[in-house]
Amino acid sequence: MKRHYDPFLIVSIISCVSVSLFILAPIIQLLLGPSWVIILESMRDPDIQKAIGLSLYTSGIAALIALIIGTPFAYLLARKSFFGKRVIEGIIDLPIVIPHPVIGIAILGIVGKQHWLGALLHRMGVYLMGTISGIVIVLTFVGMPFYINTVKNGFEAIPVRLENVSRSLGASFRSTFFRITLPLAFRSIIVGFIMCFARAISEFGAVVVVAYHPMTAPVLIYERFTSYGLKYSQPIAVLLILISLLLFIALRLISRKDINL
Amino acid sequence: MIQIHNLCIHFSGFSLNNVNIHIKKHEFFVLLGPTGSGKTLLVEAIAGITPISSGKIIINGQDMTHVPPEKRKVGIVYQDYALFPHLTVMENIQYGLAYHKHGPDDLQRIRDLMSKTGILNLSNRKIKNLSGGEKQRIALIRALAVNPSVVLLDEPLSSLDPGFRDDIQNLLKMLHKNTDTTFLMVTHDFAEAFFLGERGAILNQGTLEQCGSVNALFTSPKTPFVARFMGFKNMFEAQIDKNLAKTDSFELELNSPITPDANYICFRGEDTRVFSTRPNSKHCNTFSGRIQDIIDKGSYCDLYINVNNILIHVSMTKSEIINNAFCIEKDVYLVIPKQAIHTFFC
Repeated sequence: MKRHYDPFLIVSIISCVSVSLFILAPIIQLLLGPSWVIILESMRDPDIQKAIGLSLYTSGIAALIALIIGTPFAYLLARKSFFGKRVIEGIIDLPIVIPHPVIGIAILGIVGKQHWLGALLHRMGVYLMGTISGIVIVLTFVGMPFYINTVKNGFEAIPVRLENVSRSLGASFRSTFFRITLPLAFRSIIVGFIMCFARAISEFGAVVVVAYHPMTAPVLIYERFTSYGLKYSQPIAVLLILISLLLFIALRLISRKDINL
Repeated sequence: MIQIHNLCIHFSGFSLNNVNIHIKKHEFFVLLGPTGSGKTLLVEAIAGITPISSGKIIINGQDMTHVPPEKRKVGIVYQDYALFPHLTVMENIQYGLAYHKHGPDDLQRIRDLMSKTGILNLSNRKIKNLSGGEKQRIALIRALAVNPSVVLLDEPLSSLDPGFRDDIQNLLKMLHKNTDTTFLMVTHDFAEAFFLGERGAILNQGTLEQCGSVNALFTSPKTPFVARFMGFKNMFEAQIDKNLAKTDSFELELNSPITPDANYICFRGEDTRVFSTRPNSKHCNTFSGRIQDIIDKGSYCDLYINVNNILIHVSMTKSEIINNAFCIEKDVYLVIPKQAIHTFFC
């Protein structure tokens, strides 16, 4: 008997294959482009080592800041209803929709000497233009919405009744948060951290405005591309992809332990 | 024990209005009402989880209105168990001990409770793969582990299979008997309320309709809502003069005493008797009628009998129907015992 296939299923499979190819083709080409000899040579290049190290370091710091500041904020958004909540949620999403060079220009505007805040920071000896601190601020700015939205969804998925029961058993609000809410939201916090880190490590447009030097990996790739061409930018890109991939696999493995709510 | 004075809660478009309830020490109190009547809101207000708009909540003589939940000594058990999924059974049960002074006696008491309820062998199991009945037992023991003065049960039997439901009902009765704790249980099932409760209250759309002994709620409703909710399907407006009630279609002799200014009568289908032939003259309130409909409800049947163009509901077993050869369009005689007729003012 001839097997019947649903036309919708066929369309879905075609769509799945096309989207996967669309994403994978340039990445595969990029990975296959440079030879392993060139990649190994690149790994010994101090400029490349420094740029990749800086990207990992600044992205990690940005994700950590998002975790520390963003976790209580995400909890507030998940659990409380208050006047202006929708507006605040809209504000959090702004960095996603604003063009990235505009973000860099906006940050420069506020930390420049002309602005009172920038002037104050300068008097205190805090310089953001062309510094690691400046890069971290930009990366935190672009990565924060990804962290907060992910963790907020995680908190929302935890039934509030678990917290109610914990309180009724004698646990304070703080104790309930650390013994019940946080362990149950652990997975979403890790995922939010990865999302924020991933967004930060790939940031170019805003970083290049605030701090061309010291060079992060995306800025170095851009510089090698404009100065020497595709051949010299590809190995750094491959290394960045491989390092990101390794890091994300490791983090996913850490957060694999799933809890059914 | 628990005194609720003029409690008002306004909560996202819903209001609980001027609720007054007094629950005695070690009482099993049931809070009845349909879905959306405000039962859970009231229970969460007693637990300190939901903020109240006005009124007072006094527990053990202490004003607890603004006391945080962890200081009230009020345990709560939800319909969906609310067990902590990342902890084992024993860790769940002993969760609250970290916040209360406890010694070896308490640990032994908990082990005894677990043993009596058949969950001791589950101590090291994770919550994920347990049955509904096991989960509800754990939730109950967890609430009792910290020796609360009150346990609030929010429809603890609703999500259980009928077999488990009977088990947990018996368990609740046993736990209430063996502890000093006051139980307040939310339910919309009056069979549960009748089995477990000593006194109770009925809520409807945020308003307390009636409060009293469960028997009084069951037999002497004070409002049409309570009558309908407690299963009185036969309810008629009537002019009542001394011991006689006149409806548009028939007259009924009543038992004394009659509610002052009463203008409604009601009676249960279960209390009404049906005969194939006219019963002897000692029965008052006898009417002739015709069976208009018979609805099979499994173990029993609902009959609707047309008496002077008014439908009277009667419940009877299938065997009674077969023995008397009752069928649709059959002429029958109906006896409504006067002691089964309840009057109220509305």
